[in-house]
Amino acid sequence: MSLLEIEKLSLSIGDTPILRDVELSVAPGEVMGLVGESGSGKSITALTVMQLLPWAARATGRVTFDGIDILAASEDQMCALRGDDIGMVFQEPMTALNPVKTIGEQVAEGIRWHTRASRADAEDRARKMLDRVGLPAAQFPLSRYPHELSGGQRQRVVIAIACALKPKLLIADEPTTALDVVLQAQILDLLRDLVAENRMGLLLISHDLAVVTEMADRITIVRHGEVMETGDTARTLSEQLHPYTRQLAQASMHVPARARTHEVGLDNPLGAKPLLQVDSVTRDYPGRRKSLLKRAAPIRAVDDVSFSIDPGQSVALVGRSGCGKSTLARMVLALDGPTSGTIRFRGQDIVGKSEAELKPARRDMQVVFQDPYGSFDPRQKVEKLVAEPLHVLEKKPTNGERREMVAKALHEVGLSPRDMDKYPHEFSGGQRQRLSIARAIITRPKLVVADEPVSALDVSIRAQVLDLFAELNQKLGIAYLFITHDLTVARAITDAVMVMHDGKIVERGKTSEVLDHPQSEAAKALVAAAPDLHRAIARRLQEQG
Amino acid sequence: MTVYLLKRLAIALITLVLASMVVFAVLEIIPGDPARLMLGLNASADQVELLRNQMGLNAPLAARYLHWAGGLLSLDFGRSYTYSVPVIELVRERVVVSLPLALIALALSTIIAIPVGLFSAGRHGRAGDTIAMGAAQLGVAVPNFWFALMLIYLFAVWLRLVPAGGFPGWSAGVWPALKSLVLPAIALALPQAAILARVTRSALIEVLNEDYIRTARAKGLPYRAVLWRHALRNAMIPVLTILGLQFAFLLAGTIIIENVFYLPGLGRLVFQAITQRDLIVVESVVMLLVAAVIAVNLLVDLSYAVVDPRLRSRQ
Repeated sequence: MSLLEIEKLSLSIGDTPILRDVELSVAPGEVMGLVGESGSGKSITALTVMQLLPWAARATGRVTFDGIDILAASEDQMCALRGDDIGMVFQEPMTALNPVKTIGEQVAEGIRWHTRASRADAEDRARKMLDRVGLPAAQFPLSRYPHELSGGQRQRVVIAIACALKPKLLIADEPTTALDVVLQAQILDLLRDLVAENRMGLLLISHDLAVVTEMADRITIVRHGEVMETGDTARTLSEQLHPYTRQLAQASMHVPARARTHEVGLDNPLGAKPLLQVDSVTRDYPGRRKSLLKRAAPIRAVDDVSFSIDPGQSVALVGRSGCGKSTLARMVLALDGPTSGTIRFRGQDIVGKSEAELKPARRDMQVVFQDPYGSFDPRQKVEKLVAEPLHVLEKKPTNGERREMVAKALHEVGLSPRDMDKYPHEFSGGQRQRLSIARAIITRPKLVVADEPVSALDVSIRAQVLDLFAELNQKLGIAYLFITHDLTVARAITDAVMVMHDGKIVERGKTSEVLDHPQSEAAKALVAAAPDLHRAIARRLQEQG
Repeated sequence: MTVYLLKRLAIALITLVLASMVVFAVLEIIPGDPARLMLGLNASADQVELLRNQMGLNAPLAARYLHWAGGLLSLDFGRSYTYSVPVIELVRERVVVSLPLALIALALSTIIAIPVGLFSAGRHGRAGDTIAMGAAQLGVAVPNFWFALMLIYLFAVWLRLVPAGGFPGWSAGVWPALKSLVLPAIALALPQAAILARVTRSALIEVLNEDYIRTARAKGLPYRAVLWRHALRNAMIPVLTILGLQFAFLLAGTIIIENVFYLPGLGRLVFQAITQRDLIVVESVVMLLVAAVIAVNLLVDLSYAVVDPRLRSRQ
């Protein structure tokens, strides 16, 4: 018998239908993967099981958990189930914990609430649970506060809260999306072990087909609130009978066609005049103040880094979160100055220069950020937003010229020139990322620095945006510095890759060589941890026959 | 933590010194010669000049400031021009009325505001919320002296529960003294409570949208428990900020309220001193009020660190 059985679940919020006739089941000890793009209703399905929906939501159909009719259950019954029989882990570990309570309090709270255990007993159990999720007492006493932990450690605390009472069902909603690949692999291992230990059912929600394939016994694919396909993971993904399943799988593995690739190495003197030349750059941050006069030793975020990028070359800078790659990018963009070392862009030294002196460099180097939602002022029209970098031009364009340039940039990124009179909220996530690319190329830059430019996008949109990057590289000869922890991005559109670890570049070379035959420990760890759909399907097929 | 503490303390001290300069300078600029006022209209120019010399009014500005500020440090506020007694004595008599009044009002406003804020936030957008916030709107809009008069009419004139005004002194016993402070405290507290309730509500509503509230709900805690255990403490920072600022308004409010209720407090003292050009009293009392406000805000800064562990570990 199934532990969780969802039958003909339809749901609307106000007048907007969100789910239609969703069918899904999870058996004890089974991992069910729920896959879909953003807005497909994955999270709402999970929140329905928890009955933590917005109050305007109306659900019909049947949701049965362990014989209990969830849709008809009272709030008191639900409170008894939540945290005891059903645990839940969320996407964003940085904000999922209460900042003013210690991790001990937060893990023990649910235990005390459900079991009426004494404080000492509950803390004892909390301690054991934290040990179990990999936060040993010596480094992580119960008195630690969330802000003293990293993202991966916080996600372990959230898992400890969810699993403290050995729930029959764990719902994990994008539990690793905000983490780097190495942490992702560790968290997924932990979840797999917990499932095996307690014969717990796991409903794993993700947009990442590779992650789900590695984890799930069965898979349910949803789109626009409807189930497209359900079945054994191996068969579903190897046969790809449903067109949408095929579309998702292909988008996940998409590699843009690039006719011309740049074969010159990263520090190859053959490229006579490099576009960007970084020489032994180091960046220290002052250590934490220990008392009034004493500071801890400075933290070296970037440690003696040298590299160069040729015109038209596409380079990936990969590494785990906190390895210093964003600091390095900020220095390349002259938004931060190095403690020592030099950075030359088109032969000009950009370290320690005034804004006026930097103007020519700024014109030739632009940036695309990760979050297409946060990087636009919502009250400004597209014309003004895309035209923003034009202030670095020598000659201020007239209004007519400006509109023409914006129209051209929009056209180049596949949007319509008519879009320039719209506001950012009228665009989807993928279109907004196109807008930020249009903004980056309007000054005809020679170098674009892109900081995780596709990691917030759904796979199908991501494939389109990668195509766009590749096309602009071919057509306009723009060089790229891609900062990412996602090796599939690096593989898809870069010629060369640099692996960064603890502020140092530990390995560099041709992208395919480094990713196929990593030499350094850091690169090996990244490659081993990176989810890969081909590999995952092959392994599944072996296991499931 | 120590650094945070020392920084706050230094800022408070600098503020105090700057405030003393401003208070001194403003009262120097405004017209009106205290010597002439004391001697009356018929005094000759020579007599006025003599008194000005005696009072030290002819010394250079900087010297007079230093003399005055130095006196403040040793609690020597000088002598009142009109009463001819040391200002410290006047202040001592009055502060035992004003300080309890302000503290009772502050306590009352907190006790009313936080439950109302919790109630409203818990029923966000529903009838209870609308009614509570409508009442708060009214509380903000109604002038406190008018509200004070209504209180006097209802509780003193009509129900005869408390005196309509005046203060029997603490020597008459704690209970009668408190009784005469109840209405003024309510009149002072209510508009402040209304503002504070609105701030509490909006801070809570913001916090209730945070991810960790969902985590707490997923643990199985009922909504009310989440509100009290997780939301309230996180919403305290803006509430404390407003509370600190309100203390200044409470002190200013005592000037009006003490006049309505005939309370012999600092507010009435400063009001009378202004009409009589008793500048030395005005300066001293204003400085005292400034010091009180700065001290309360220093306390608020320190309480941030108690509420939020992130401030404790940051420099």
